[in-house]
Amino acid sequence: MSDSGYRQIMADGMWNNNVAFVQILGMCPLLAVSTTLVNGLGMGLATMATLVASNGLVSMIRQVVRPEIRIPVFVVIIASVVTVIELVMNAYFHQLYKILGIFIPLIVTNCSILGRAEAFASKNSVGRSLADGLFMGLGFTVALVLLGALREFAGHGTVFSQVYLMFGHGADFLTTQLIPHYRGFLLAVLPPGAFLGLGLLIALKNVIDQRLAERAAAREARPTAAQPAA
Amino acid sequence: MAIVKNMSVSAVLLGLFAIVGTALVAYTYSATKDRIAANERAILLRTLHTLIPANEADNDMAKDTIEVTSPQYLGTRKPVTVYRARKDGKPVAAVFTTIAPNGYGGPIKLLVAVRYDGTIAGVRVVSDQETPGLGDAIESDKSDWIYSFTGKSLQNPDKKGWAVKRDGGQFDQFTGATISPRAVVKAVHDTLLYFKQHRDALFSPRPASKAETSAADGEQAPTSEGPSHE
Repeated sequence: MSDSGYRQIMADGMWNNNVAFVQILGMCPLLAVSTTLVNGLGMGLATMATLVASNGLVSMIRQVVRPEIRIPVFVVIIASVVTVIELVMNAYFHQLYKILGIFIPLIVTNCSILGRAEAFASKNSVGRSLADGLFMGLGFTVALVLLGALREFAGHGTVFSQVYLMFGHGADFLTTQLIPHYRGFLLAVLPPGAFLGLGLLIALKNVIDQRLAERAAAREARPTAAQPAA
Repeated sequence: MAIVKNMSVSAVLLGLFAIVGTALVAYTYSATKDRIAANERAILLRTLHTLIPANEADNDMAKDTIEVTSPQYLGTRKPVTVYRARKDGKPVAAVFTTIAPNGYGGPIKLLVAVRYDGTIAGVRVVSDQETPGLGDAIESDKSDWIYSFTGKSLQNPDKKGWAVKRDGGQFDQFTGATISPRAVVKAVHDTLLYFKQHRDALFSPRPASKAETSAADGEQAPTSEGPSHE
């Protein structure tokens, strides 16, 4: 496949077909764990690892698996991958694992993973499938991090709190109290804050898309408008 | 016959994938299980040592445990683990995994460390589902409230003082949240009462059957499930 193929995969995953903002998939973990930036990042990376591994494996076996048993096979693959990731997180990021809790095993039920296996990986080469998993996961991670940062900032007035859970105490300098003596804004921390925050982010994306479309339309219109002057 | 053959091939394929998936999970499990167990032990020990400083005890607290059951005083019908701290073979303190059954969002799991002389060495919340920003101030990283128990005993304050201020006691409640601190105060007080009655049995080298009798003295045992209607 050509280079532009991969660029398209990247643009789709990160923006045009973003799991969280466009497909609106994986809402349960997205809304539940995005209380802080670090939680969002941890959840996003775990989901991304799952997507890359499951896409890669599904693509590898796509010639072998018959259509009638493909869904159960995909489910077995995804469940195994998630369990492995859960165990590894428990071993190496124990505290973060404790915080994310039940949402790590629940990655299995994130529709975007089975969705990408079925819609993309079962029809594309291993390389393209890995790239699709990577960028879909990255798009989801960016959404989680943005929403987490937004809620953490609005709710606690901080960013990067508890960053040591992921990067050790060497990264503690990242933790910043942006508003001193902030009293906290409970709504942002509680579940409604997740819905409101996600709504705002989706609206923002749509505004940007609209601007881009208008600009593209204007650019197309210009050559004909400029012609008489020339 | 063709159908049977077709189905068999599918079944074998599916079975193979299940075996491979299970093998993958089993391998990861065996590769990480020691590290996970070590993590859990380390976290438990670290918490125990914040309550009983390492230099005050010379035994392995995480291993020197006893199980006791007392729905009336320890908040649950299930056996409660008690970690015992000793120095030179003499009892130093007992750390109860008490449950406060009537938290606002469900049972609150506590660690209550009681010194041999009946004073409190410290209390920590292990897990709770109290409202973020209100009731969760019982957690040590949200506010200093939980430290107000340190040094208290059944005589200091007296029975009347073991309540939140709104109920005429001497422990602070939080603005907008009385139920959570009330539940914790009661659970800590009950733990002290239990300790007073069973002190010597608690430190006996072998699990004492005496401790079991306390299950019978709960005339109106609180249920451990669900919040009470306060």
